[in-house]
Amino acid sequence: MKRLTRDQIAARVAQDISEGAYVNLGIGLPTMVANYLPKEREIFLHSENGLLGMGPAPAPGEEDEDLINAGKQPVTLLKGGAYFHHADSFAMMRGGHLDICVLGAFQVSATGDLANWHTGAPDAIPAVGGAMDLAVGAKQVFVMMEHQTKTGESKVVAQCSYPLTGVGCVNRIYTDLAVLDVTPDGLAVREKIADISFEELQTITGVPLIDRTAS
Amino acid sequence: MIDKISESLEAAVSDIRDGATVMIGGFGNAGMPSALIDALIAHGARELTIVNNNAGNGDTGLAALIAAKRVRKIICSFPRQVDSHHFDAAFRAGEIELELTPQGNLAERIRAAGAGIGGFFTPTGYGTLLAEGKETRVINGRNYVLESPIHADFALIKAHKGDRWGNLVYRKTARNFGPIMAMAAKCTIAQVNEVVELGELDPETIVTPGIFVQRVVLQGRPA
Repeated sequence: MKRLTRDQIAARVAQDISEGAYVNLGIGLPTMVANYLPKEREIFLHSENGLLGMGPAPAPGEEDEDLINAGKQPVTLLKGGAYFHHADSFAMMRGGHLDICVLGAFQVSATGDLANWHTGAPDAIPAVGGAMDLAVGAKQVFVMMEHQTKTGESKVVAQCSYPLTGVGCVNRIYTDLAVLDVTPDGLAVREKIADISFEELQTITGVPLIDRTAS
Repeated sequence: MIDKISESLEAAVSDIRDGATVMIGGFGNAGMPSALIDALIAHGARELTIVNNNAGNGDTGLAALIAAKRVRKIICSFPRQVDSHHFDAAFRAGEIELELTPQGNLAERIRAAGAGIGGFFTPTGYGTLLAEGKETRVINGRNYVLESPIHADFALIKAHKGDRWGNLVYRKTARNFGPIMAMAAKCTIAQVNEVVELGELDPETIVTPGIFVQRVVLQGRPA
């Protein structure tokens, strides 16, 4: 079975981000989406530490310690971009002004619960950052993740076993096998990779799926 | 004549007492007032409650304050990072108390303190470990959690330019928590790259008006 690579998942997510969208890309896997945004679209990238209109990484030697992204890596500001303080930045998220956020996940439940901040291990030092704000604040929450863990368990689950980031907050899940919508009727498969059958996908996922693929 | 310019970093932090609650600006190292933190370490205040987004990076700034065992409690959103070894060690040794708060709640709790708000309902964190034991309410069909303001005795922040009335402008994403922390503390001390004459800052672009700032102290940008 030819699963999508991480870059291919990122490229797939990027297709669904439209002209004029205000978008926050979470730390980690979602950051890769920026590399695949169609060049002809004007899309506003928001970074929680206080900028809108985030540009790509600077050329070597052009880094500025006062201009970083949420992952604390040096970035640039596009023409027309703006800086603001943290309460304004989070008002953009929490006040429902962002169109889309893309987050990584440990698990997503059939009802759109998200777990992505804490493994729950007793010796883990928890850190949450802006994940809970993005999960409840953005108009649409996209999750981007591998369909299964390294040991083959589905990351799409009936109920999250990891501590929750948000309740019923996820709208769409992009994995290396499929694109799933969280709907009132349950999880709907919009797309799947060519060489997996719906039945195989159902078996791997272990949560009831509705077939809404176009083909 | 009003002159909020402190003669030295040492003088600026000289009345921070043991047990004080101190907000420290910065997101990672951007906007972190490292010169003021070094002065605070030299000053020697202990048993501090620190409010910052993180819990120190590397070996300087807030990380150095933690390494010097001056911090009793930290209120932050993202303590665990690849280079937060001083916090990690202190936390695992049980030497430091952690109040973890979602980043937007942290910002809004600080802003609320500065704006005289006694508490606010937010959907962030509802149904999670970080809302356990907190009052909840359904408003227009949505679940909210009651969060409280965070007040501080002092705020140490870093700005780009300041004048003798305490007006401040910032530089790029180093702004982050500076403006809201300045509002939330009884005494705000700003480390600036440049002290300018009154009137030199364009009043249309002043980000923090001097009413929120008690002391301004010059610190040249590190090379």
